[in-house]
This record gives sequence, C-alpha cells and structure tokens, in this order.
Amino acid sequence: MAPILAPGVRAPDFTLPQTADRKLSLGNLVGRPVILVFYPADWYSVCDDQLSLYNEVLPEFRKHGAELIGISVDSVWCHAAYAERRNLHFPLLADFHPKGAVARKYGAYRHREGVCEGAIFLIDGQGTIFWSHCCPVGVNPGADGIFDALERLSAEEGGGAGCCA
Amino acid sequence: MLRIAVGAGDHIQGGPDAVVTLVEYGDYECPFCARMHSIVKRLQKHFGGQLRFAFRHFPLTQIHPHARSAAEAAEFAAVHGRFWQMHDALFDNQDRLGPQLYFDLAAALRLPVEDLREALAKGVYGDKVRKDFMGGVRSGAKSTPSFFVNGERLEGPYGFYSLADAIDAALIRAHSPP
Repeated sequence: MAPILAPGVRAPDFTLPQTADRKLSLGNLVGRPVILVFYPADWYSVCDDQLSLYNEVLPEFRKHGAELIGISVDSVWCHAAYAERRNLHFPLLADFHPKGAVARKYGAYRHREGVCEGAIFLIDGQGTIFWSHCCPVGVNPGADGIFDALERLSAEEGGGAGCCA
Repeated sequence: MLRIAVGAGDHIQGGPDAVVTLVEYGDYECPFCARMHSIVKRLQKHFGGQLRFAFRHFPLTQIHPHARSAAEAAEFAAVHGRFWQMHDALFDNQDRLGPQLYFDLAAALRLPVEDLREALAKGVYGDKVRKDFMGGVRSGAKSTPSFFVNGERLEGPYGFYSLADAIDAALIRAHSPP
C-alpha cells in the first residue's frame, strides 16, 4: 500500500460532484486552508462519529478561515441522504466514477476494499499539503490533530486566528 | 491526554484526597451516556473515597437537538448549587428533554423557573458549555461519552468492568513506589 501524500507536496487538483448538478473544484478554494477528509463510507459508525464531530467544530475550523470537505466513494445520492440525516453543514464529494480516482492521487485508496482510507490533509492557501494523517481502519482520528496543525499553519502564516480551545 | 486540568470550574463529586479522578465528557441526549450514568454511580459506590468524578459537557448539537439546552439547564442549576440533582434528573428523563422538562425539574428543585427561561433564551451558559466541549475536542474526545482516568483517555466501548479495570490500574500505579 502506497503511503498518503506527505507535507510539502502540491495537493493534486480535482473536480468532483457535490450534488447531482453541482461540482466542486479544489482549485476554486485557493487562498484559504482546506481540510480534506477522505473516509471509508457514509453511515459507517466510525466515520459517522468522526464526521459528526467535525460538523460540530465547524465554527472553530472556520475561525481559522479553513474549509472542510469530506470525500468518499459513495454516490451523490447516498451523500445527500446521509448529510440530511446528520444535519451536515459541509460538502461531501462523490469520488464515485471513476471509482476512487481522486483518492488514488492522494495515496488514500484501499484497493482491496475499494474504499478511501481514513486520511486527512490540511492544504494551505497556496495549495500545498501542510499536514497529513492516515488513520488505521476502525479508528476515529478525532479533531485535535487538525487543530494542532491549523494553529501551526496560522502561526507560520503570521497572525491569523489564534487558539480557539 | 486531558488538556484542561480538573479544577474550580468543574462539577466534581468526591474529595480532593481521592487518588483517582474520572472525567466524563457527556451529552444528556446521548443514549450511551444515559447508560453510563448508572454505571458511573456503581463505580462511585465501588471505589468510595478513592474516586473523584467530574462531568463536562460534550453536546453533539447537530444530531441531538436538545443536548445544548439540557447542558445549559444543568449549568443554571449549578449556579444555584443543584448541578448534580439536575444532572441526574436529565439523564433519568432523557426521553422528555425540552424546555417543559427543564422548567418542571427546576420547579421541583425550588429554582427560579423564570430565571431559567430567560437564561435559556439568552444562552447565558452557552459559552461555558462550548468551552467544555472544545476542551474535550482538544483533549482527544471523539464521541459521547468519552472518559479520562487521571488525565489519560480511555478507548471505548465503555462498561463497568472496563472503567473499573482502568481505575484499578491507576490506583495500583499511585500506590507503587516509583
């Protein structure tokens, strides 16, 4: 299994469906940090806890000016049902066809199972990976690692939002 | 690891001489937390004065619509010295969470119901609840409930024996020569 893309690497651009009639491009988010969360599946209990937690701390992510994006191989219809049920306030993108194409570019595809890794990338405003983390299957990485990385990024970029704990 | 030490801002049961401190991050609308509520009581009985327990709020407001207001009602009761009574009553009545229940409980505890109504409307205790929540997130709490024994986070799933084992281990460590 190839490792996920490491800090310092340029984040591969992509365009993926967010809904049946709307697409989202990473390139359009240049200028602000992006938290890219690859996860195995909608409705899977571990991902469910993880995404519910991120949904809850979304205001704190945004205090850092950061955008949160979830990606799995589920279809837009599955994402729509899941996001509605869980009251999610951030986009879920469908890496559905060709299956896992974007996850593969980030080294975040589990070929044997045909799903995304639990992998998180913090991409800086210039489109470079600042921090990345891959979690063992069945483990919820929580949010503290993301906040630590966001605080380091804010400090390196000088000023920015401070700690929000 | 727990990043916010247990202190004056906490709701604590048990004396400062307790060898082990158990911290729970919980949500009044979470069914697992309600189940753990009675288990925590069994642990307190089992370990007696050796165990100190602190409860912090971790409301998942987007999936539990009453979790935030319930936590705020508990904070209101805390200001009047009735935190634990409200805490127990909220878990015992989890299927009825909502303003009417909070007012009924406040009345039963002889707390000023109108003040509670106003505090909830203005979100007076919102910051305190959010501060608990973010302290939990930064300490690695990931879902509800999350438990810490002497500052160390325990992986779930939780039950009486898994928590009792962790508390036992902390007691043994505390009583062993370095």
